[in-house]
Amino acid sequence: MTLTPTPGQTVGPFFHYALPFDGDRDLVPPGSPGSIRLHGRVLDGAGVPVPDALVEIRQAGPDGVVPTVAGSLRRDGFTFTGWGRASTDREGRYGFSTLVPGPVDGGAAFFSVCVFARGLLHRLFTRAYVPGDDAALAADPLLASLPAARRATLIAVADDGLRFDVHLQGDHETVFLDHDGPA
Amino acid sequence: MAAAVNAPVPAAGNAPGESSSTQAEIDVEIAAAAKDYAERGVEETQPRRDYPPYRSSLLRHPTKDPVQADPEGAELWAPAFGQRDVDPLEADLTIQRGGEPIGERMVVTGRVLDGDGRPVRGQLVEIWQANAGGRYVHQRDQHPAPLDPHFTGMGRCLTDDEGRYRFTTIKPGPYPWRNHRSAWRPAHIHFSLFGTDFTQRLVTQMYFPGDPLFALDPIYQSILDPAARARLVAAYDHDLTQPEWATGYRWDIVLTGAHRTPLDDPEDPA
Repeated sequence: MTLTPTPGQTVGPFFHYALPFDGDRDLVPPGSPGSIRLHGRVLDGAGVPVPDALVEIRQAGPDGVVPTVAGSLRRDGFTFTGWGRASTDREGRYGFSTLVPGPVDGGAAFFSVCVFARGLLHRLFTRAYVPGDDAALAADPLLASLPAARRATLIAVADDGLRFDVHLQGDHETVFLDHDGPA
Repeated sequence: MAAAVNAPVPAAGNAPGESSSTQAEIDVEIAAAAKDYAERGVEETQPRRDYPPYRSSLLRHPTKDPVQADPEGAELWAPAFGQRDVDPLEADLTIQRGGEPIGERMVVTGRVLDGDGRPVRGQLVEIWQANAGGRYVHQRDQHPAPLDPHFTGMGRCLTDDEGRYRFTTIKPGPYPWRNHRSAWRPAHIHFSLFGTDFTQRLVTQMYFPGDPLFALDPIYQSILDPAARARLVAAYDHDLTQPEWATGYRWDIVLTGAHRTPLDDPEDPA
């Protein structure tokens, strides 16, 4: 049996009192051993920051295992759930305190990223690949299928942690993914 | 989730970037897109991200086609939520603020299914909505309708073994927004949903049957297929209606297909 999926709609401008929660962006306590900052900006087609976007990440731990334990909404400070949520600020910035994911089943390590925003009618998926392992990145089927300029939009930049900007539109438009074929 | 309650500020014209189009102009654009879709004859089940009548989408939609990618790694696993995460009382939006909110009390229930019709069990459902007067508890909502001191308008629950969610709330009112002059959103409840794969993540809106604002609303009309749009409209269900207490609405949600089969998943007894 195959059912037709329910359509998406924009998250709108008024989600801030409902979706954010205490500790939403801290998959591990900031400053705890092994913690890094995954951060960046969400920008529109004119390069203007998007102050009403919501970014979610889903990831493996450093051991390459994707956690399936509960507890993200009431974090206890010890359980790594591998999922987080961060709303952008007035400058379009988001940031997570998390661990660097390891590769799952070999291959290149990445964060799965889901983006919502006012003005965006349906969620967008992308990946933020962990930089550094050039051989693994070169061998990744998705990255290998892209021209160099587009490939670069998917690889986080090592700076103060890992920086990953999301360009919804424009010359630097991020590569967004379709996991299900044409709608 | 602290409530940010500010006094309403009277609207003073359009802010930069906001449209001064008329409803008639928006109607023409909506009709042109609908005609183009009908002539093309290719079914679309999701909204167009590039839908100019919704002015805020102009600079916020990708212009390049999405890249097909088989889900891998973390994409194959939705986050898990449990009793630790959600208090059962969070499913009743009428008891959160120490008094009865004003408006039409109602029960909203339905099932969350994956694309193969399997129930999504024990998964998080989050909702948020305006109050009966069409006002959100949000500092950016400047609609000069009253806030209800007894209503916040956000709720959570976990689905049961049949994939069923259930909320008790107040019917939200329609409200004005600044997409164009005298733009009004049809009454709706925002829903946030997870499946078993992270690729099934969905945020959408539930509407009410027969809303006269449907034809005028570019967000609803961004779904060009009439049958697809109708999937966002709940059904009034008198069997759910509780005598002397609350009306009942039923709305089922279908997520995209799961890429991880139950046989791959030792934790899933399905």
